[in-house]
Amino acid sequence: MRMKIFRMILFAVGFVFCLPVLAVILGSLKSSRELMTTLSAVIGGSGEKIHWHLLPLYPTLKHFIKLLFYTPEFLSVFWNSMKIVVCILFGQLFVAIPAAWGFAKFSFRGKNALFLVYVILMLMPFGVMMLPSYLVLNQIHLMNTHWAVILPAAFSTFPVFIMYRGFCAIPKDLYEAAKIDGAGEWQIFFTIGIPLGSPGILSALALGFLEYWNMVEQPLAFLSDPSLWPLSLYLPEVNLVKAGMALSASVITLLPAVFVFFMGQDYLEQGIVSSGMKE
Amino acid sequence: MPSVFGVALFVLIPFGWVVFTSFSKGLLNYKTVLTNEAFLLAVKNTLMFTGVGIPLLLLFSFVAALGIYKSKYMRFLKSVYLLPMAVPTAVVVLIWKVFFHKAGIGNQILEVFQVKPVDWLAGNAAFWVLVISYIWKNMGYTIVLWIAGMAAIPEAVTEAAKVDGASEWQNLWYMILPQLKPVFYTITMLSFLNSFKVFREAYLVAGSYPQRSMYLLQHLFNNWFTDLEIDKMSSAAVLLAVFFALCSLTLRNMWEKEEVS
Repeated sequence: MRMKIFRMILFAVGFVFCLPVLAVILGSLKSSRELMTTLSAVIGGSGEKIHWHLLPLYPTLKHFIKLLFYTPEFLSVFWNSMKIVVCILFGQLFVAIPAAWGFAKFSFRGKNALFLVYVILMLMPFGVMMLPSYLVLNQIHLMNTHWAVILPAAFSTFPVFIMYRGFCAIPKDLYEAAKIDGAGEWQIFFTIGIPLGSPGILSALALGFLEYWNMVEQPLAFLSDPSLWPLSLYLPEVNLVKAGMALSASVITLLPAVFVFFMGQDYLEQGIVSSGMKE
Repeated sequence: MPSVFGVALFVLIPFGWVVFTSFSKGLLNYKTVLTNEAFLLAVKNTLMFTGVGIPLLLLFSFVAALGIYKSKYMRFLKSVYLLPMAVPTAVVVLIWKVFFHKAGIGNQILEVFQVKPVDWLAGNAAFWVLVISYIWKNMGYTIVLWIAGMAAIPEAVTEAAKVDGASEWQNLWYMILPQLKPVFYTITMLSFLNSFKVFREAYLVAGSYPQRSMYLLQHLFNNWFTDLEIDKMSSAAVLLAVFFALCSLTLRNMWEKEEVS
């Protein structure tokens, strides 16, 4: 009985957790007029209280049409985001998979020390990395280009750690068997490592997508030209007066993230769990 | 390995340079930073925030995880609590603005409980804006970690305790909690790491110079960066790096101790 009440509370709190997202989605369907009346208290400071009805009175797709067909600026920002995230993830694939494989499979001198360095770097906040990254980016004249955001992130050590966990989960006997059968190192990597280690790789990608789609600190520091900005920086700039546009743009920003979330939830959870495991 | 090369190029070598710069005037740079008012404020706020936010997050998520673990609706509930993690900060900025406005929804809720309305973004209450959005975003992540920890406890242990007549509370206190200690260390570390990301909420809602109680270390770094205060930044970065490295090493040692005992 007590458990039942407890679970009910959990459901209720869960609903409250989803409310902000629901409010954005449903709000984007409201007409400009309805939004103006709702938000006038916040925009004008007229001293009235706000009345936010969750459900739109007259649902409309007008904001989406306006945003997608008459706001080229938004589309270019959307592609900025896509370009940055896709490039980072591809970069991470090329860089982190071999590194994780190396850590999981080979033993070499200084391996433990090097791995410790990777783990510590993974735990460093951006404030620490900011100046070092800037020094290099400035040296190679990449400041204020998308590469300034992409390159440092592509060499992040976090995916190495997650993929390493995936590769470690492969039973050792399999390699031995393959070796006895005469498979070369590369063959083992491609026929055993990649397919069996793929849950780890996908976990890293799913976590990475959500992280970089929401990236704020790096572009804020390294991209001074607003036309290069990703969605995460552009959205808050949209004035509250254009609430309809802001909300529909928010929904479109939300879509890829939610898509990845639902497609990859299992991998995501696995990734979270391995991020919390001892190295 | 290209990774080692990249890490060295983008992090290790320039970081070495940063360490070098920070000492270029002896300890003067460190003195400047440690007596800098903005730095002290940012450190104080960041520590306050972690000191309040992390225990609250750990407690709430642990209670929730107890309820969710082994429930029929485990998968569904996990998705519900994880969803905010997928929501980019920028998407909910507008909602936060509406919620935390003087005339906003937050105050109307307070009114129901007969609490005087507060100006969330202007007063000291701004601090709670950060705590609330931090818990909202990280709850799911932490619940998943707790559940993974609970799932690793051998069923036999809790069953045996039950047979011996332990009450549910005794079981939780003497059997489950001690087993979760190693998970507890990691969760704390990861929550600490994620706590630095509330800068996003703070920045997107309130800009580069928010209300004093919201001014975090990352604000300071950004503002120094804009003014190209390389000396100050380098010593502050070294201090922060040393602090974090010590934290992670301590954590590792605690882990290893657990393993031995």
